[in-house]
Amino acid sequence: MATASVASHSDAAHDHHDHEHHDNFITKYIFSTDHKMIGKQFLVTGIFWAIIGGLLSLIFRLQLGFPDMSLEWLRPILGGWITPDGALDPEFYLALVTMHGTIMVFFVLTAGLSGTFSNFLIPLQIGARDMASGFMNMLSYWFFFVSGVIMFISLFIETGPAGGGWVVYPPLSALEQAIPGSGLGMTLWLIAMTFFIASSLLGGINYITTVINLRTKGMSFSRLPLTIWAFFLTAVIGLLSFPVLFSAALLLVFDRSFGTSFYLSDIYIGGEALPNTGGSPVLYQHLFWFLGHPEVYIVLLPALGITSEVIATNARKPIFGYKAMIISMLGITILSFVVWAHHMFVSGMNPFLGSIFMFLTLIIAIPSAVKVFNYLTTLWRGNLIFTPGMLFSIGLVSFFISGGLTGIFLGNSAIDIQLHDTYFVVAHFHLVMGSASFFGLMAGVYHWFPKMFGRMMDARLGYIHFWATFIGVYLVFFPMHYIGIAGFPRRYYSWTGFEFTNMYTDLNLFVSVAAILTFAAQLIFLFNFFYSMYKGRVATLNPWRSNTLEWTTPLHPQHGNWPGEIPSVYRWPYDYSKPGAAEDYIPQTVPLSATPESNLPHEQELVKLEKEIIADEEAVLVANESTNS
Amino acid sequence: MYGFLIAVGTLLLLSIIWMVYRIQTLVSVVKGSDKKIASGSNKINALMFVFFLIGATILMFWYSIKEFDNYQLPIASEHGVITDQLFWVTMAVTGVVFIITHILLFWFPYKYQWKEDRVATFYPDNNKLEVLWTIVPAIVLTFLVIGGWRAWSDITAPAPENSHVVEILGYQFAWEVRYPGMDNTLGEHDYRLTSATNVSGVDFTDKNSLDDFMSPVVVIPKGEPVLFKIRARDVLHSVFAPHMRLKMDAVPGMPTRFWFTPTKTTEEMRRETGNDEFVYEIACTEICGRGHNAMRKEIRVVEPDEFRKWMSEQKPYIVNNPSLVEGLPADLKELAEITISEHK
Ligand code: HEM
Ligand SMILES: [Cu+2]
Ligand SMILES: [Cu+2]
Repeated sequence: MATASVASHSDAAHDHHDHEHHDNFITKYIFSTDHKMIGKQFLVTGIFWAIIGGLLSLIFRLQLGFPDMSLEWLRPILGGWITPDGALDPEFYLALVTMHGTIMVFFVLTAGLSGTFSNFLIPLQIGARDMASGFMNMLSYWFFFVSGVIMFISLFIETGPAGGGWVVYPPLSALEQAIPGSGLGMTLWLIAMTFFIASSLLGGINYITTVINLRTKGMSFSRLPLTIWAFFLTAVIGLLSFPVLFSAALLLVFDRSFGTSFYLSDIYIGGEALPNTGGSPVLYQHLFWFLGHPEVYIVLLPALGITSEVIATNARKPIFGYKAMIISMLGITILSFVVWAHHMFVSGMNPFLGSIFMFLTLIIAIPSAVKVFNYLTTLWRGNLIFTPGMLFSIGLVSFFISGGLTGIFLGNSAIDIQLHDTYFVVAHFHLVMGSASFFGLMAGVYHWFPKMFGRMMDARLGYIHFWATFIGVYLVFFPMHYIGIAGFPRRYYSWTGFEFTNMYTDLNLFVSVAAILTFAAQLIFLFNFFYSMYKGRVATLNPWRSNTLEWTTPLHPQHGNWPGEIPSVYRWPYDYSKPGAAEDYIPQTVPLSATPESNLPHEQELVKLEKEIIADEEAVLVANESTNS
Repeated sequence: MYGFLIAVGTLLLLSIIWMVYRIQTLVSVVKGSDKKIASGSNKINALMFVFFLIGATILMFWYSIKEFDNYQLPIASEHGVITDQLFWVTMAVTGVVFIITHILLFWFPYKYQWKEDRVATFYPDNNKLEVLWTIVPAIVLTFLVIGGWRAWSDITAPAPENSHVVEILGYQFAWEVRYPGMDNTLGEHDYRLTSATNVSGVDFTDKNSLDDFMSPVVVIPKGEPVLFKIRARDVLHSVFAPHMRLKMDAVPGMPTRFWFTPTKTTEEMRRETGNDEFVYEIACTEICGRGHNAMRKEIRVVEPDEFRKWMSEQKPYIVNNPSLVEGLPADLKELAEITISEHK
């Protein structure tokens, strides 16, 4: 299967080898079907959304840190959302929180991370000329783009964007009377998310097909880089869970617009009793979290995959426990579908279900722990080079530990009674999901920038960016544990209304200042990113001396990636510092037969098999030569 | 004005970044360090991890100890003692893991930083280790889960027969508290009966509702089981009584419940905390709209005798507002009138 498609691909490449590509601006930069360009489109769009999402969080952090400050100066942008006495409108506060969450989770860390790196790396690392369907891939980006445009518009409408939290639980999100954001804003949210789901599915189908069908010769599943394993499993999770979100949204649309009662029952609002009976708000929560929990892994797995690759490369050491890493990712993939109700321990669902989900949840902690121990062992006795990518990867592991451990509290239903919907949860998911994935994204950008743009990002600015962000993230999110344990509820506009929360104004102020500084540190990155794109030092072909296939392409790979044949693969991607080898890395394209001095006993046996493959290949080459001349 | 300042600030920041960038690229070109595999910065980064480890550890312990009494809310319910114990056991276990893994994570970068003359150890796997660190966390987690499961089962078990029932209804943006009266049985309700005078939608054709009364404060006795019957009439809300370690969503169309036994009266708690103004509070923890952060209700825990006295002094809905029973059938009306006269 794989061989056949590779052969046909290489023929095609040979066909248009000689004549020029006729890419104009539009087909090259806008409606591109080249996976590399689509990946970059996702990246730049993701960065745009990260800025918006970050700015929104700064506005509500101003409210929380400086409740008495006059926000009059925001009136030119926010208009009527600033009340006459210069404060933020409470309903707009909720809308900000909602948009911040939606944007960060879906637009930045799902599209910006999976979209960028699955697209960019899958064909390059498995040795394919492009995705299985370039056209679908292009559609995937443009559906995402449209989704973003709609969500963006919703920020500016008069009744404001959706305001029911990123989970948009009905009845709040179903009833316009309950909050103005549940009017047009919510409609736009639902439309935008529908486009987003379509985008994710188109992308996911493509990633899966490509990984299964288009691997180059010799690239068996047991030789795939862990990045590809991660992207592959992420796509599988997305494919299985996003449709459920779609059905949840669809039923919500029915309840909102067509008078059905899937989620609505016994409601008296605005001086009027609604006719709906028999629906269940808890049903929505089940459907939502059936996506919602896997979504956590959709944003996390690619980051972990990137980290595995970056840590191994820069530790100059094989990733420890390659198989164990794959098995734990498989375990996480499967288990991620059976833990969703841990978000619902006190939702009123049957407490017996709570017990079941507590057990399942704590099982999923085990593969996560295995991954951490494997990362640590990979660092052990390595020869570590702290590239910015490496720094961000180590930072990711730290966040993954900190946030993962608090998950053990929250997964325990008895403890969750107190912690649910407090700032403890906010601290937990910002570390384990938000910051960890964000650091994965950053590690990926620093590491593959030379392949994306043929130039290097400045390393020293990268170090400054890393340390400012790493320290900043802890200063922002670690204190939230304390106020969470103290019981501060989340999505609160102000805490002065209660005795038990009428404290920690100093800590909240501190967090807000830290958030502003951390955000400012991202400007260093933005400068570095865009400046280096044009003015950075020109990269060498394999700047990190890495083993994977993408570094065998030319500095600026054209559509099709390799000018000639696609290289074949003879070994796994982690032959770093192999005893006996001359260099501390052996690329996947180096045959075992060429490295007798470093082969392990079982590899020595594979050499014979390999010789046959090489012979085959030469035959193909000779045949091609003769048809060409 | 602010806008201008921010613009200037941003500009300044950008130009500083740019200058630093230019200077250091020039320097690194002169020194030729951009050609090396690992430049001098490698050592600095390695050191930074150690500094970070030490600094963060000191900060964390200092603040955690200093603030303990502030973030550790006093406990006022029987099950709260157990869940808090679970919390701190989990904290101890995860705390040890947290510290050990972080020491390794930040010390390895220092210890194994790049050296020209060293080669990393080729160490691709070790199944014994993998099995070890699969099984040990599994065992530890099992202990934690079993503790949690037993506590959870007890907390969510059916309320004891003799529990005092209190109905808490959430609506935008307040809580309505209804007591069942002397019969300890709440009357039926129907959301269609809701009105300005009948906030909870009580159905007065059920004779159990004739002695039901409302209260601006949740009054409950110390040391006796209390059952909160929780409802919502518009959107989701969630009853959160932090000192009771109690939280349960209020769901329209689906009544929920939570029972507990308070262990300290408000007075006792005032003495314990040295705060004369201390009150137990209920907050809302499910986003419900504009007033989500303002759904406050006070809980007053009193001695059982005082509770009984208080109960007997309360006036049913129909006493305060006889118009509620106007349309009732004759037999019920008679009952209602008896109740009313009893309370006069
Ligand atoms: C600049 C950095 C960030 C800051 C200062 C920040 C701050 C916050 C705060 C304080 C809240 C809670 C607001 C409330 O409950 O009233 C929140 C909510 C949230 N944040 Fe962030 N955040 C940041 C970055 C991120 C990132 C990278 C993600 C990606 C996962 C993220 C995802 C979320 C989500 C999902 C929510 C919940 C929204 C909801 O309650 O509906 N945030 N953020
Ligand atoms: Cu979850
Ligand atoms: Cu609320």
